[in-house]
Amino acid sequence: MAQVFDGYGYTKEHEWVKVEDGFAFIGITDYAQGELGEVVFAEFLKSEGDKIEKGDEFASLESTKSTSQVFSPVSGEVVAFNSKVEDDYEIINSDPFGDGWLIKIKLSDPSQIGQLMGATEYNDFLDTL
Amino acid sequence: MELKRTPFYSLIKEIGGKFVPFAGWEMPIKFTSDVEEHKWVRSEAGVFDVSHMGEITIKGKDALKQVNYLITNDASILKDGEILYTPMMNHNGGTVDDLLVYRVSEESFFLVVNASNIDKDYQWMVDNNIYDTTIENVSDFYAQLAVQGPKAEIITQQLFNENLSEIKFFNFKYLNFNGESILISRTGYTGEDGFEIYLSPKIAVEFWRELFSKGESLGLKPIGLAARDTLRLEKKMALYGHELSDTISPLEASLSWCVKMGKSEFVGKNYLLKQKESLSRKLVGIELVDKGVPRHQNEITLEDGTEIGFVTSGTMSPSLQKPIALALINSEYAKIGTEIWLKNNQKLKKGKVIKTPFL
Repeated sequence: MAQVFDGYGYTKEHEWVKVEDGFAFIGITDYAQGELGEVVFAEFLKSEGDKIEKGDEFASLESTKSTSQVFSPVSGEVVAFNSKVEDDYEIINSDPFGDGWLIKIKLSDPSQIGQLMGATEYNDFLDTL
Repeated sequence: MELKRTPFYSLIKEIGGKFVPFAGWEMPIKFTSDVEEHKWVRSEAGVFDVSHMGEITIKGKDALKQVNYLITNDASILKDGEILYTPMMNHNGGTVDDLLVYRVSEESFFLVVNASNIDKDYQWMVDNNIYDTTIENVSDFYAQLAVQGPKAEIITQQLFNENLSEIKFFNFKYLNFNGESILISRTGYTGEDGFEIYLSPKIAVEFWRELFSKGESLGLKPIGLAARDTLRLEKKMALYGHELSDTISPLEASLSWCVKMGKSEFVGKNYLLKQKESLSRKLVGIELVDKGVPRHQNEITLEDGTEIGFVTSGTMSPSLQKPIALALINSEYAKIGTEIWLKNNQKLKKGKVIKTPFL
């Protein structure tokens, strides 16, 4: 069973968002990393300081077999990318909700957070797949 | 359309195989990690469920002539019990499929074709049956397992009294397993030693269980099709729909070693005779110098962005741990060492033409 934690917002594309002090951290869920398989390369498609809109593609995660695009569930300004991920792609698989986070955004529209699924709702969604 | 399942479906589901739709089948893509599975086959041994592959027989007085009319390689060099790999062309210079041809006897051939092409191939063979042979699609009567890796022989040997070392590369034999005849050939799609085993769906699960009960302690593991793809790519083995297609000729795909112009008429010969004089594009190996993973259909360009070709298959090579690709590019840029660029993830990335096979 894929892990799902309280305290995160979720999308149907299997991204998560965690808000801390007005900043949103975004990553992919445990389910998503399981589906993708071993990440052998990660590439960020935006730069720090870029404006990002909800739905924009901001990273590409690659397994030997396929590429997964990661989309931002919220709008704002890119504050940082997780450089740890670029040195050690494997942490996206081993710790997707923690050290494997991908991007930090300064939210321009905090109300978007309310549109995300909670843990229970996301769990129910996973059950339908 | 409902996906087909192989006789191993339930068993593989039970042991944790992860399935994806492939060529109309529900096939195991991986068990644990595609990278680890890949490495395991290079150093130990693995078994793949490849029951989706198709089998077609051509029989009759003129079976040899008919087979040789359909393929670009020369089946007349085969003795009973021998196999060859060959493309089969259409009339327009493209490739209908690539297949293995097993000579059972001069009047009986067993052809192994790609799952995605079974119906197309069968129809093509029937439509071009100029020698009035009997052509049958017997795919439903066969399950298939591939045991591959340096330990494949010692593991498979546990199930048979006959000495498997006597089955040489690209040879086959019919052996007995629990009272049923099975076909075992020393072939594969990984570049490692190993066998492909064709057997009745009735005894398929029984065979798998016995193989694991005797082989697990010797290092046998189940392997998914993701690893099969990266294994074949490192060895530059063509995958239909990628390196070969209805619009790519065997010469373009670096398969001139399987094209025998010296034999009498065969489908595609006239086209190839002309194409041979000036081959405008070639299949090359590419290593990405910049970071990234090349993917099927990524454009290959010059530094200024001018398109010179496209990627047919690409991956992060698990054995070499670097990004590699096969690409069909304009012949003038095919020289080893040539710098090329790749459109990948919205960027232009630098790469170079390198020697193949990669491994």
